Amino acid sequence: MTWLLAISVGALVASGVYLMLRRSLVKFLFGIVLLSHGANLAVFLTGGIVRGRSAVVPLGETTLESGHADPLPQALVLTAIVIGFAVVSFLAVLIRRAQEELGQGDVDEMRETES
Amino acid sequence: MSLWVVLPILIPLMGATFGWVAWRSTRVQAAIGVAASSLHLLVAIALLVEVRQNGILVAPIGSWTPPIGIVLQADLLGAIMVVLTALLGWTSNITALAEVAEPQRRAGFFPLMQVLLLGVTGSFLTGDIFNLFVFFEVMLMASFVLLALSGEKGALEGAVKYVGLNLFSSALFLTGAGMAYALTGTLNMADLFVKLPEVAAQDPTAVTTLGALLLIAFGVKAGVFPLYFWLPASYHTASPAVSAIFAGLLTKVGVYALVRLTTILAPASAGLIDAVLWVAAATMLFGVLGAVAQTHTRRILGFHILSQIGYMIVGVGLLASPDPEVRQLGMAATVFYLAHHILVKTNLYLVAGTALRMLGEERLKYAGGLAKRAPWLAAIFLVPAFSLAGLPPLSGFWAKLAVLRSGAFGDAWVAVAAAAVAGVLTLVSMLKIWNEVFWKDRPEGETSPPPMVPSEIWLRGVPMVLLALATLTIGLWPGPLYEIAQDAAAQLLDPTATVDAVLSTEVAQEGTR
Repeated sequence: MTWLLAISVGALVASGVYLMLRRSLVKFLFGIVLLSHGANLAVFLTGGIVRGRSAVVPLGETTLESGHADPLPQALVLTAIVIGFAVVSFLAVLIRRAQEELGQGDVDEMRETES
Repeated sequence: MSLWVVLPILIPLMGATFGWVAWRSTRVQAAIGVAASSLHLLVAIALLVEVRQNGILVAPIGSWTPPIGIVLQADLLGAIMVVLTALLGWTSNITALAEVAEPQRRAGFFPLMQVLLLGVTGSFLTGDIFNLFVFFEVMLMASFVLLALSGEKGALEGAVKYVGLNLFSSALFLTGAGMAYALTGTLNMADLFVKLPEVAAQDPTAVTTLGALLLIAFGVKAGVFPLYFWLPASYHTASPAVSAIFAGLLTKVGVYALVRLTTILAPASAGLIDAVLWVAAATMLFGVLGAVAQTHTRRILGFHILSQIGYMIVGVGLLASPDPEVRQLGMAATVFYLAHHILVKTNLYLVAGTALRMLGEERLKYAGGLAKRAPWLAAIFLVPAFSLAGLPPLSGFWAKLAVLRSGAFGDAWVAVAAAAVAGVLTLVSMLKIWNEVFWKDRPEGETSPPPMVPSEIWLRGVPMVLLALATLTIGLWPGPLYEIAQDAAAQLLDPTATVDAVLSTEVAQEGTR
């Protein structure tokens, strides 16, 4: 299972970078989305993949049985997803406003602020 | 648990919260902003005094015993950076009172500024690598909005570039943080310092990959060659008060993170760090060459930020040196340069902002005549400008001297040569600004906006004079700051004190958790 998810990370990052390198601003947005999904999935996988055992101390016990996935990366990913969601929504609005203001979404034409 | 470590984060948080509560009145928001920033500055100075006297302060959040849970820690470098952050926050808030137009205040300028300060301060005080990521994002989110706040064409275009590249580097940083946890089982920086060399002994490739990921992530944020193209394309599009605090602080948070990371990583993976020297030399040269080609005040200054970042990371590159004395000299130079640069660069942007207000124009060709119209502004400009170029007896001279000295001792001749050339070219482009904006007569037919009222002159003038005085003071008495820089460097290079302070923190157990 892990190898499949590892390949997914690669595929997500590769397609994210590909989209970011296109000239369209909207594709750039989707590229960022895919790239951050790739990063999130990679962090999630560092905790290991275990089927059917949650990291919850059973009733009456004081310690956790071994053989569960590490819950910390899951917590990290949750934080990262929330941040990513906020940032991507902001970027979406920003790109929309920029397209309205500049009249186009072609990155090659955005030379106003370059030297 | 030390309250002093928590307060500098708490105050901007409160400032922002109360600012949002007072949404209806921009006057109240401005008052809260200034009050919070003043308090922030006082607490930051108290923190520095406390750290200087009692050593590293640690505050475990949520009473988990380190290395479990998040710790806030303040060593000397962190404390100095917090003081500078608070000082810049104060000056920017005061300038903003004169600078920022009502529509931008309506959009929440002052609370956003507090959020920005919250993120920056948090980055300097956290001892946890994932927490650093979160504070980075807080800072970035506020900066995204501040940059695009005016809603002008140029600002939106600049913001798209800035946001896009910063999100890319955030994704790399997140992957790096996850990888660090996968390799070592910890996110605590002090604990990473202990565990990373063990991992590096078993699996050097993985540690090098981790280092490369984080170097690129922080390199984008710091603006080093060849990852800096977002900076000169975006900084000058913001309103001057905003671009002043961006120029002074944001890239420096990247440099700070780079310093933290490389001091942890250097013992484990020296080859990677060695490359930083070349990056430093290239950043200095390409930055300054970019500046020479520009004809717009804040664009020139934007390229100079890059070239100065090159000077700062020479010390990072010297971490690969086998000689501990060279490492110490290099790190001390980096810390000294950071402090000097933050004061000087912000001041230059504030001067540029006031010049823009008086002339209504930033293109050098259409500017001019300010030496006659505002001799006080011309006098203030000369202090940070000559300091940036490194003329004695200003702070930049000592900062550059420290960098050159460490480079010479470390046999980093390429970096030394680049630093010397970049210094001369910096002087050239400062003189260009002086000639075009201040000395020459205004071209015929150019009109200026209505003159400033006295209160506006005061609100703009006081922060500039204060920063210029700080530059002069460091220039005339560099000893105390250099001593602090040396102690900070010693703490960074031999983190046993930090490791002891963090990992031996006792947490009072109060009942069942």
